[in-house]
Amino acid sequence: MKPPVVDYARANSVAEAVDLLGRYGDESKVLAGGQSLIPMLNMRFAFPTMLIDINHIKETSSVEVHEDVVVIGATVRQSGAQLSREVQSHVPLLAQALPHVGHFVTRNRGTIGGSVVHADARGEVPLVLATLGGQVVVVSASGRRTIEAADLFVTHFTTSIADDELLVETRWPAPGRSWGYAFREFSLRHGDYALGMVACSVHREGGVVQEASVALGAVADRPVVLKEVAASLVGKPLNEPAAVAAGKVVTESVNPSSDLHASDRYRRHLAGLLTKRALLAAWADSGGDLS
Amino acid sequence: MDVSVTVNGYVYEEAVAPRLLLSDFLRHTLGLTGTHVGCEHGVCGACTVIVDGTSVRSCLMLAVQVDGSNVRTVEDLADGADLHPLQSAFHDNHALQCGFCTPGILMAAVDFLEESDSPTREEITEMLSGHLCRCTGYASIVESIHLVSRREGTKE
Repeated sequence: MKPPVVDYARANSVAEAVDLLGRYGDESKVLAGGQSLIPMLNMRFAFPTMLIDINHIKETSSVEVHEDVVVIGATVRQSGAQLSREVQSHVPLLAQALPHVGHFVTRNRGTIGGSVVHADARGEVPLVLATLGGQVVVVSASGRRTIEAADLFVTHFTTSIADDELLVETRWPAPGRSWGYAFREFSLRHGDYALGMVACSVHREGGVVQEASVALGAVADRPVVLKEVAASLVGKPLNEPAAVAAGKVVTESVNPSSDLHASDRYRRHLAGLLTKRALLAAWADSGGDLS
Repeated sequence: MDVSVTVNGYVYEEAVAPRLLLSDFLRHTLGLTGTHVGCEHGVCGACTVIVDGTSVRSCLMLAVQVDGSNVRTVEDLADGADLHPLQSAFHDNHALQCGFCTPGILMAAVDFLEESDSPTREEITEMLSGHLCRCTGYASIVESIHLVSRREGTKE
């Protein structure tokens, strides 16, 4: 349980990190918080020849609020985002999900950017980014590009970010009032991998749903955004029967696999139940009437 | 690689391999064996130390990463024979049996109590989800941390 032999370089700027990435490419690994990468080294699941430490880069360590988007730098700690007033008031869905990410001590070190690029199908941060339709900004020697969340998560632990690209920003849509949000997950022990998780957003206007987004985690190889379920909610109040119906569709449409901890049938049931609960909570959060 | 780091107030300058974990650096290179090593993948919490004021898993950091940093381990809590309030509370309330998990829980609790003025038992329990104790059943640990938080609260 010790890391393999590896070289180490501390990058003090995005330019330095990009230069190192250009030189070492897929032989290297970017070391951010290390709360997933170092276990992978300790367990010998990963064998990079070079670790590029980005923890000392100042440019990527802040949270900025723009008109309708909050920009969270890649190396902002999970605990920093969780306690950030800007995140709490403008991206409440992320603030709700972050206490479920690992534990108090691991959140002190783990980063928002690291959670996104690690792309664990059971990760809360990728799920929230997918639900909100966020973006990431990556930089390489050949320039800068923006990737939509919908195009980012490819499969287990795999994103569409190239080997020579560095994630520098995560962008979280913050549309403002009359939106409601809810995150729900169930795990056997707090901080453990969830058996099911749901994130949703609801835009309420004139007593009905104007727009919605529903996404599930831990049911497939990446976050699953259920557009049909969200579309079926539009134009109506989000009452108990509507939420139950949406949950039923989710139970029928997701296809999780069985493992030691739970059967596929149980996970499908859980996905539907969590969807129902999350939708009702998001509706209430938007100011909607639950009666 | 050369590392210069302050640990419990003393400056150490050592040459280490990049793959050396901070936990092994503290225990093997510096001989500070108060920090315990359990799972070595961030689950058990026994190796928790404080780096630059924040509690972290020392098995999930490399020694080269603390170059220029300030590290605090469990050896720094007591002042000679005078125990830290958390250590006294653990002692008085039987919050440890074998003691393997205790250093990590103490260091996390020191950081936790700096962040939360008056945590509820539920919040303390949630914090402890990151620390495995196989002896106590946690009740006495929660109680000890809760007691210290209330005492600190009345002092202010």
